[in-house]
Amino acid sequence: MAYENDMNLKATELRLGLPGTIDESQIKEPSFLKSNNKRSSGDMDNSANEDECSPVPKAQVVGWPPVRSYRKNVLQQQKKNFDSDVLGMYVKVSMDGAPYLRKIDIKVYKNYPDLLVALENMFKFSIGVYSEREGYNGSEYAPTYEDKDGDWMLVGDVPWDMFVNSCKRLRIMKGSEVKGLGCL
Amino acid sequence: MQTDPNGPNPKKSKDSPSNSANTESTQSPSPFPDEVLEKVLSFLNSDKDRSSVSLVCKDWYNAERWTRTKLFIGNCYSVSPEIVARRFTKIKSVTLKGKPRFSDFNLVPQNWGADVHYWLLMFANVYPFLEELRLKRMTISDESLELLATSFPGFRALSLMSCDGFSTDGLKAIATHCRSLTELDIQDVDMDDFCGGWLSCFPEDFGSLEVLNFATLDSEVNFDALERLVSQCKSLRVLKVNKTITLDQLQRLLLRAPQLMELGTGSFQQELLPGQFGDLGIAFSNCKNLRTLSGLWEVASIYFPVLYVACASLTFLNLNYTALRSDEFGSLLAHCPNLRRLWVLDTVEDKGLEAVGSSCPLLEELRVFPADPYDQHLRRGVTESGFVAVSRGCRKLHYVLYFCWQMTNAAVATIVQNCPNFTHFRLCIMNPGRPDYLTNEPMDEAFGAVVKNCTKLQRLSMSGLLTDLTFEYIGKYAKNLETLSVAFAGSSDRGMQCVLEGCPKLRKLEIRDCPFGNAALLSGLEKYETMRSLWMSSCNVTINACQRLAREMPRLNVEVMKDKESDDSRADKVYVYRSVAGPRRDAPPFVLTL
Repeated sequence: MAYENDMNLKATELRLGLPGTIDESQIKEPSFLKSNNKRSSGDMDNSANEDECSPVPKAQVVGWPPVRSYRKNVLQQQKKNFDSDVLGMYVKVSMDGAPYLRKIDIKVYKNYPDLLVALENMFKFSIGVYSEREGYNGSEYAPTYEDKDGDWMLVGDVPWDMFVNSCKRLRIMKGSEVKGLGCL
Repeated sequence: MQTDPNGPNPKKSKDSPSNSANTESTQSPSPFPDEVLEKVLSFLNSDKDRSSVSLVCKDWYNAERWTRTKLFIGNCYSVSPEIVARRFTKIKSVTLKGKPRFSDFNLVPQNWGADVHYWLLMFANVYPFLEELRLKRMTISDESLELLATSFPGFRALSLMSCDGFSTDGLKAIATHCRSLTELDIQDVDMDDFCGGWLSCFPEDFGSLEVLNFATLDSEVNFDALERLVSQCKSLRVLKVNKTITLDQLQRLLLRAPQLMELGTGSFQQELLPGQFGDLGIAFSNCKNLRTLSGLWEVASIYFPVLYVACASLTFLNLNYTALRSDEFGSLLAHCPNLRRLWVLDTVEDKGLEAVGSSCPLLEELRVFPADPYDQHLRRGVTESGFVAVSRGCRKLHYVLYFCWQMTNAAVATIVQNCPNFTHFRLCIMNPGRPDYLTNEPMDEAFGAVVKNCTKLQRLSMSGLLTDLTFEYIGKYAKNLETLSVAFAGSSDRGMQCVLEGCPKLRKLEIRDCPFGNAALLSGLEKYETMRSLWMSSCNVTINACQRLAREMPRLNVEVMKDKESDDSRADKVYVYRSVAGPRRDAPPFVLTL
């Protein structure tokens, strides 16, 4: 909103300073023109310099890095799996009755208690105690997830690693539907 | 194979005991009856020794050529099939290497050559008892495979590494006709995989395989045929299956082959029932001789525990297609204390390499491959600290291949101080011409430290911002260097000259995108005859200089390939190699032979 106002009113705005001078700080550089800021690690201070002084164009150089064609092909195929593994496994989380969904990276959590506490904090509710026989006891909520086969499962039944590898989205169910699950 | 370029003439050596007998060989018997000499020489296996023997005198030359059974030709164009056929009569095993190594990285156009067919025709005529053929970077067609399969009744071992030109149809011919086949080893090939039916072409009672590696192929094979094959081949010691083989199928194969020494698994991610999980663990534990493990395509690390028992005796773990995080890698590695060789993907990051340093004190070889070599912006993977961590814990390290995005001179100096025994040091800083990221200086001191400290260095691959100083260091200190790979480095002709003048054992020199020109090229005139080959691409060499080289050195083949856009005088790609066969007759139109 402020940016829009700047654009529209720039010609007529009152500023201190001689006519014809431009206040640099007013000019907002679109973020896509900024030099490479995607790296988060702090020790990359030389990055901006290096990109400018790099003697070789950033376009891909033929045959460099020296990776065999066979390896290139195999890695293209694996890239999808790998990205979700290392970049994080973000899944949508919906809560019955909430107006919008959230997204969390389930790879960040080490086990079920970790995940459940995070969900409780995110949506301000409380989950109850898990047991194999009865699901989540003591609460009107139950955390469920959709697995690779498209089935809706109760969170907590399978080993954590297996859950992380098969969870596609989460849904915190509420109310009468929950009772139904508990009776199974 | 070193041939005496002057033909079978004796080189008179002053100290040769048979020297006197030599000139009178037709008149008086040599001190060694032929049969005795031949018997003695039949024990010689090393090519180098055999070459030395062949140079002593004519008698020894003949005795050697009549007893040689293994032929190694490092450059298929250095000699011709006719010359080989004339000289050797009893060859049973052939190793042939073809294209220049940079063809692995798409720097050599298709149809460049190195077709094995003409060789096979000669072999079929002259060496009917041929048993083994090992090809690297050669082109082999289905027709050639059919010829191979049907011309040699005793044929036993076929190994194809980085080859192209064939399809699964050719493999069908091998499986169908080679009744005594013990080895079928296919790696990193560029082939047409029509279907997995080739495996079913092995006869039903077939049982002689010792090595079967089809990890590279994509198609599903008939599992029943594979299972039968594995159970009948009682001497099977190497089995590397492809991705299509599932975990429960693997378990069944392992039960049939507990004697395996090298295993390449298929996919490691199937959802197993608890019972299956236990069975898999038992199957692995039964393999008491397992020393090498590879494959592990698409892993679910929850299944790693099935490997733990086998891991204890592993000496080579190859995870170079397995994307693992540092924590799951670390837990696996904790069970592999006896590793000598380790290949990993850089997804394990520095933390994973720290685990290597602490878990694998016997490690001799480490290769870290990039999972994402083209994504400059993300720059994940390993850094110099991972490498340093490994060098601290693995003092026996002597072979390293390391892909990273950043490095420092100080780190490399520390690494070679910790591990002075490097024989192979291949460092690839993936952004070309990158300086030391902390000091912004060239990486000269890093490679200077390598050559100063590692006196046994045979192979060096360099990267990063490098000036002529690096090459001065190499020429001064790298006296055992045999193979040097250079890219985006150097400041002037002097760099290349230092290396040509200073490295007496240099055999292979490959250079790309360096500012070396005609003076540098021509300074090595006589040197190139002592080497296997020189490759220079995207440097500053002109066709005229190449022509001069070709004129002055008739025993060198000088081949030039031009890029479409460049001007007429430039020699974009130059390949120079010694040869006793003269210019090759199968050069395609885009290869200018000067």
